[in-house]
Amino acid sequence: MNKRSLGARLAAAPYMVWSVLFVVAPLIMVGYYAITDSTGAFTVANFAQLGTYSDIFIRSIWFSLIATLICLVIAYPIAYTIAMRRERSQRVLVMLVMLPMWMNFLLRTYSWMAILEDTGVINTLIGYFGIKPFHMINTPGAVILGMVYNFLPYMILPIYSVLAKLERSMIEAAQDLGAGRFQVLTKIILPHSMPGIASGLTMVFVPSVSTFYISQKLGGGKFDLIGDTIERQFQTSYNYHLGAAISFVLMILILVCISVLNKFTVDDEGGLLI
Amino acid sequence: MKTTIRIYTALVFIFLYLPIAVMVLYSFNSINSTGVFGGFSLRWYRELFRDTETLTALRNTLILAVISSLVATVIGTAAAVGIDKMRKRWVKSVTLAVTNIPMVNPEIVTGVSMMLLFVFGARLVNASGVLGFWTILIAHITFNLPYVILSVLPKLRQIDPHLQEAAQDLGCPPLKSFFLAVFPTILPGVLTGAVMAFTLSLDDFVISYFTSGPEFQTLPIRIFAMTKKRVTPDIYALSTMLFAAILILLIAINVLQARSEKQQSKKKY
Repeated sequence: MNKRSLGARLAAAPYMVWSVLFVVAPLIMVGYYAITDSTGAFTVANFAQLGTYSDIFIRSIWFSLIATLICLVIAYPIAYTIAMRRERSQRVLVMLVMLPMWMNFLLRTYSWMAILEDTGVINTLIGYFGIKPFHMINTPGAVILGMVYNFLPYMILPIYSVLAKLERSMIEAAQDLGAGRFQVLTKIILPHSMPGIASGLTMVFVPSVSTFYISQKLGGGKFDLIGDTIERQFQTSYNYHLGAAISFVLMILILVCISVLNKFTVDDEGGLLI
Repeated sequence: MKTTIRIYTALVFIFLYLPIAVMVLYSFNSINSTGVFGGFSLRWYRELFRDTETLTALRNTLILAVISSLVATVIGTAAAVGIDKMRKRWVKSVTLAVTNIPMVNPEIVTGVSMMLLFVFGARLVNASGVLGFWTILIAHITFNLPYVILSVLPKLRQIDPHLQEAAQDLGCPPLKSFFLAVFPTILPGVLTGAVMAFTLSLDDFVISYFTSGPEFQTLPIRIFAMTKKRVTPDIYALSTMLFAAILILLIAINVLQARSEKQQSKKKY
């Protein structure tokens, strides 16, 4: 080891200390709070209580799965269309996909509330044509719509980025070898977009399954999700120990999902594909 | 086929922009409603500038975003240099795995875990009401760091490893050789990371919500408190102005980028 590389390796030291203090230690805290009660004594009561929340877990997973699949179906053709454009219009379209994400997430969701309400924008508009108002707000559909709306760009962008890297010559070669349109799609384009799809699936599923604002605003508090339950333990009922146990299970759930998808998402350099 | 795709693309973009259009429209509403449009007025913009609590929250958000992105950029860039030079594979992969944690963990878990750490730490030293500016700052730096590191690392990989060594062999001191030989090449990555950190910090709600206290409100937290009740259109006025600011900034960045690319391609030929 010479002096030079020692200096360079020391450059990471502040970050490593920071990570241990503020990334690793907080996770240990979650585990610690989950297995103790308010006196600090060991208990499994927090985990034992989780059974009463099983329907909330199931609802969260179910809603998020539906939202994730809808995102995939909507996003794929859009990502493909953008990737096949000329470079300049690609950049503009990607920008247009990203732009809504820069708008505060709470406000966008709140705005949907104003659109979907019984006396909201849609019902006022169709009222002019003499159509009776629909009831849309505070339904499971409204919650799922909120998830799809907020996280759709997270599905479009990773799929777009793999498709944009796909060499056109490969498609041409396949066509020259006699592949039809359908075969090009199933044999070339789809397999090559798998890493993007896998990455998009996690990037939509993770925030959907852990959200708490969307369900409160668009579901009217009738469809509690995991996020709502955690939020309540920390902000209103102050049962940190139960909250930690629920967070712990949520984390494990997501780790399992990610490790299943991970074999697709890790690129050659070992970094996460975004 | 072509027109079907066009219509489909248009529909998706309408979907993406509908809530934003609604917000912009109702920010100019003359009556107190987010459903019925009563006519054009600037009433809500005037009221917004009288709302000192919201203006303070805006100021807090900007202060927090500037400090947290600067600190994260410095620590993160140094970390990327160090990680790039790491010889032991397992040290490197453990460090990278830890770096990924805040990115893959759900925001609510990150927020809750840090809150627990702060509460626990406060109990150890018998302090109360720790949650405030310092805790939210630590939280923001923590979630910004991975984005800085991961945008600097790829730039470091492009550099010839012998470049800095050559500079040092020619008698240049290590730190100086870093700034002369390495830093210019990784600068675009550093800037991307800094901008990303800044915008993430501006926009964050979930982690801030769990790590801040009543005396330090950021704009997203203020918005959350406001949307708990029936909202008046002044919050739409605020978001319209923010949106306009972001739009102008993005267009400016894009024009500058396009211009510099044009100049570079001119140099090539």
